[in-house]
Amino acid sequence: MPRHAISAALALLSGLAFAMPLAAETAPQDVSFAEDGLIEAPLSETAGDPENGAAIYADKTSGNCVACHAISDRTDAEFQGTIGPALDGAGDRWSEAQLRGIVADAKRTFPDSMMPGFYKSSGYIRPGDAFTGEAGSEPLPPLLTAQQVEDVIAYLATLKE
Amino acid sequence: MTTTIRLNPRAAMASVFALVLSLPAMAETEPETTDPIVINGGEIELPTAVPAPDHLEGAFDQVYSGWLFRDSETQAMQLDDFENPGMIFVDQGIDDWNTIEGEAGKSCASCHEGIESMKGVRAVMPKVNAEGELWSMEDYINDCRTNRMQAEALDWNGDRMKNMTAAISVQSRGMPMDVAIDGPAKPYWEQGKEMYYTRYGQLELACANCHEDHYGDWIRADHLSQGMTNGFPVYRLKQAALVSQHNRFRGCIRDTRGETFAMGSDEFRALELYVASRGNGLPVEGVSVRH
Ligand code: HEC
Ligand code: HEC
Ligand code: HEC
Repeated sequence: MPRHAISAALALLSGLAFAMPLAAETAPQDVSFAEDGLIEAPLSETAGDPENGAAIYADKTSGNCVACHAISDRTDAEFQGTIGPALDGAGDRWSEAQLRGIVADAKRTFPDSMMPGFYKSSGYIRPGDAFTGEAGSEPLPPLLTAQQVEDVIAYLATLKE
Repeated sequence: MTTTIRLNPRAAMASVFALVLSLPAMAETEPETTDPIVINGGEIELPTAVPAPDHLEGAFDQVYSGWLFRDSETQAMQLDDFENPGMIFVDQGIDDWNTIEGEAGKSCASCHEGIESMKGVRAVMPKVNAEGELWSMEDYINDCRTNRMQAEALDWNGDRMKNMTAAISVQSRGMPMDVAIDGPAKPYWEQGKEMYYTRYGQLELACANCHEDHYGDWIRADHLSQGMTNGFPVYRLKQAALVSQHNRFRGCIRDTRGETFAMGSDEFRALELYVASRGNGLPVEGVSVRH
């Protein structure tokens, strides 16, 4: 996979590699979805960190899942959304592969879902440059990085009833 | 699926729950009360819920004022014109109405006399002009300024324009919104409708996702309304200023991580017409208070 080689090389060049070694990641356009929308293979080599995932879930500038969802023990989030279902027990209802598919591109699991695709970079109508209202050019950086998706999934998997 | 739910909300929801326990696909939550907005101790009473216009059949039975979805403190500010922070700007707009400006040596009042002559105008805006173009109130104002007063056009989003649209809107307060959607307005209306259901931006959200499928729900701290425009220009507490319709549309599209349209663009005029038509029957509230 040449793309990985290139990004690893870039990381090395920039010196970043020492601070956070870039594990091999699958780029958004290379993700393979099974027929029912699930993704079997992890998107990054490093296992997901549920604690990070919990933070991303409520962070306005990354996941912001809490805008639409609620989880009963997340009293740290001042306001929780009611657009999507409560995620209590999500780890019982869904396998990791299913959760990965839902977070990466929910419309493949729930057709026409209001839930955004968090690991997608093209195919948009009037894509913007983040929240500036200005035009953005595809491929856009996905809403979450591969590692962040894995972290969120690791967190969701802990939600048992 | 959406249609089934709308025809018989409770039963359809129940079957959705039965089929897929954890997945309420959508949840329109009707407001708990639909009390009228009673202003100045009863001088003005504005209904907050009216039967939906025919073209929304299948989508809504009732259309609701955005006022119903605001917290009680915000609501209270609209109940008394002295508490309504938008009213200062109405006064400024009226001052402007009477001020002579431009080469022709005229004020708005030179031709239109008292601003009460604008009664009814807000309820039918935007509308198609004599040349067959769809114009917003801002366009009519600037047409009079440039062609009849030989004065400069005002900025769409500038204070003076917003003050003037506020002052003109108040003259129609209480009159039901009644924009024309047929005849020459039809193609504009169709264009606006198409936009309303288009999923813009990286978040892939259409106006309808939030304001049709999920009004009454909370998107984090925001209580979603039906996104009606009968209250515009609104005084927004968050911005501590009057906000025009196009500015509101711009914000809502920007929040989809999308490339928005310009205020005063043909696209936003068309959207303005379509959104206004969804609220046909609701009273002009301008100047309303929202947060
Ligand atoms: C704009 C609203 C919105 C946002 C933001 C959102 N979701 Fe969703 N999500 C939904 C909706 C609506 C559904 C229900 C599926 C459907 O559309 O039928 C859903 C479904 C789900 C489900 C399956 C439901 C279950 O528990 O059985 C999971 C898991 C989920 N979302 C996780 C997330 C995560 C994690 C994030 C943040 C990274 C997120 N969602 C962000 C709207 C949203
Ligand atoms: C020289 C006379 C003149 C002046 C000055 C003038 N107008 Fe007009 N205005 C008109 C005429 C004539 C029309 C068209 C009336 C019609 O077609 O029914 C009009 C139309 C309008 C309309 C559209 C009304 C409708 O029902 O379609 C608005 C709004 C308006 N003027 C606002 C203003 C404002 C605000 C000012 C001052 C900034 C102003 N006008 C100054 C003559 C004037
Ligand atoms: C992600 C959800 C979302 C989308 C998509 C969205 N809006 Fe909004 N909109 C909001 C929120 C939140 C508010 C403030 C609370 C309310 O009144 O709903 C709002 C407010 C409004 C208002 C002001 C209502 C009032 O009473 O003052 C209008 C008008 C409006 N939106 C129109 C639109 C239009 C037109 C579109 C499509 C271009 C759109 N919105 C897309 C979330 C959204």
